[in-house]
Amino acid sequence: MRYKFLTAAFAATVALNVAGPATATDLEVTHWWTSGGEAAAVAELAKAFDATGNHWVDGAIAGSGGTARPIMISRITGGDPMGATQFNHGRQAEELVQAGLMRDLTDIATKGKWTEVVRPKSLLDSCTIDGKIYCVPVNIHSWQWLWLSSEAFQKAGVPMPKDWNEFVAAAPALEKAGIIPLAVGGQPWQASGAFDVLLAAVGGTDAFLKVYKEKDAKFAGGPEIAKVFKAADDARKMAKNTNVQDWNQATNLVITGKAGGQIMGDWAQGEFQVAGKTAGKDYTCLPGLGLNEVIATGGDAFYFPLLKDEAKSKAQEVLAETLLDPKTQVAFNLKKGSLPVRGDVDLNTANDCMKKGLAILAKGAVIPWTDQLLSQDSQKQKEDLFSEFFAKPDMTLEEAQKRFADIIASAD
Amino acid sequence: MSNSERPSQILRNLNAKIASIPMILTALVVFVGGTAWTVLYSFTNSKLLPRLSFVGLDQYHRLWSTSRWLVSIENLLIYGAISLVFSLVIGFVLAALLDQKIRFEDTFRTIFLYPFALSFIVTGLVWQWLLNPDFGVQRVVRDLGWTSFSFDPLYNSSIVIYGISIAALWQGTGLIMCLMLAGLRGIDEDIWKAARVDGIPMWKTYLFIVIPMMRPVFITTLVIIAAGIVKVYDLVVAQTSGGPGIASEVPAKYVYDYMFFAQNLGQGFAASTMMLLSVVIVIVPWAYLEFGGRKRG
Repeated sequence: MRYKFLTAAFAATVALNVAGPATATDLEVTHWWTSGGEAAAVAELAKAFDATGNHWVDGAIAGSGGTARPIMISRITGGDPMGATQFNHGRQAEELVQAGLMRDLTDIATKGKWTEVVRPKSLLDSCTIDGKIYCVPVNIHSWQWLWLSSEAFQKAGVPMPKDWNEFVAAAPALEKAGIIPLAVGGQPWQASGAFDVLLAAVGGTDAFLKVYKEKDAKFAGGPEIAKVFKAADDARKMAKNTNVQDWNQATNLVITGKAGGQIMGDWAQGEFQVAGKTAGKDYTCLPGLGLNEVIATGGDAFYFPLLKDEAKSKAQEVLAETLLDPKTQVAFNLKKGSLPVRGDVDLNTANDCMKKGLAILAKGAVIPWTDQLLSQDSQKQKEDLFSEFFAKPDMTLEEAQKRFADIIASAD
Repeated sequence: MSNSERPSQILRNLNAKIASIPMILTALVVFVGGTAWTVLYSFTNSKLLPRLSFVGLDQYHRLWSTSRWLVSIENLLIYGAISLVFSLVIGFVLAALLDQKIRFEDTFRTIFLYPFALSFIVTGLVWQWLLNPDFGVQRVVRDLGWTSFSFDPLYNSSIVIYGISIAALWQGTGLIMCLMLAGLRGIDEDIWKAARVDGIPMWKTYLFIVIPMMRPVFITTLVIIAAGIVKVYDLVVAQTSGGPGIASEVPAKYVYDYMFFAQNLGQGFAASTMMLLSVVIVIVPWAYLEFGGRKRG
């Protein structure tokens, strides 16, 4: 349905462009932005690109990154590359770049002075392999948010918590009112992401880096991380009645007041917006779970496969420039609920939660995210562990932590 | 005399032999070649792209120490036992009942076979809804008044694989029934008459006369069921996507996830080689008994 609506919208913009320059080139762009808020955001990108006289052919792949990435990778390695494709920048496309399948964007980057405008710098570093730039970051997504429903807390008759600990303390009251305290969907990445957020919030920034960056297995098995597993155990108990799979279904539980809260990245905000909810009134957000206000600079980026067609390669350059255009950045990120990658854009229209995020970003309280630090292989093992941990109430903390330490020991 | 005729043996049916060359090549290159390639690369540390840097049995060591793989194997065994026993028993009983020259046989046959027309994805989705505690069977029974009734196999780690088996049986038994019915119809009417004359009760006739005569049908059925068991994947994806947690994972899903999601081809290849090995262990003794034995006898 959404997809149809989108294509209809594109068709309309194409019709307008017929009068424009005759050099219009079709460029297929694949991505996995299919939920309501995401689709609205990607329509902004398409609009901006179509305005340059080219044509954005939408290649949306439903079912989140886990489903979409294998399709994209098989297309690129199988010799049927698209014009451009979304990835989470970091290590997902590392091997594709090393195999020479991706286009080097250094020239365009130098021309556009990307190194000066893109902020924080770590974003562009994640796009850089051997001194060459291979991707265009388009937004900053951070996982460190706790979304809380005002309605749910009112119904339970407890004040809105200000941090994770208060939230845990409020859980029994929520349960009594028939509300699921914490919504965690069944997709494995959700459980694993929630743990990483707890690690950064409860354990602190140093602990987070020690585990994922330095891959210190002894530390990961030690008493400090045991505290984090204790918090994960609380989360597991609070989430035990969530019978949904997808993250946006879980977010919807919070939107409708059926669940008290959700640990989810800022992309959840787009869902609140589509549902017509106001930040600060209908829902509240706590960056870093209210304990450790940091933002991870993960996010989405566009990669450009190496193409033979000259016209398409030209269009790739145009798209790369369009994506970083200040106007596109604002329009896209407002809809998406993420933060722009440029420091010099005007975001007066941003809502409460985004302003909180921008303030943290301005303070420089940023950490790299697991997409940048761990290989997909280690990520998957972590997902397996935490989805089992969240679904199996009788799995002991010691056992879980031991297996976690094992994964860190063999991580790359 | 026979010596001089031997060359003509090769030339006999030459057209047919030439015509089958493409298929032989396909079988050799795609099946045998692909299999050999997979086994070879399962000894490497290939990540996203295949590369030949050998690491010995590392991938296998890791595979057999991964709890998700062990859970997958255990699930496959449970699922396999259930679908083998139940689809054979239910399929045969249904076929025997239909064979009693009942009225509306065509209607019943259509009803029983109908689920087979649905793909596993659709079957999985339907049963996911039926078994969902919030709006499926549990909800209906609770609305009728039994408020403490609890039936949520897909959300309970310890019984989830049985929930999946229910859907598989619902989908698959119709086909088994049809195969069995065809087998039953192939039994000569005179045998029934003879049994009746001898005063053998009907159940004994089925058990000791008809079933042994249906051996070829049973073997075909077994092969179809066994192939379905080893490759089960889409049903799990549609119903639970392996959850809750990793409680309903199956080997085929492990292979897919590690090859594509985890970008670890080596690990995926190792797992698929293990799957091949398990099939070989089942098939080889059977083929030996079936084909090797007959030649001598």
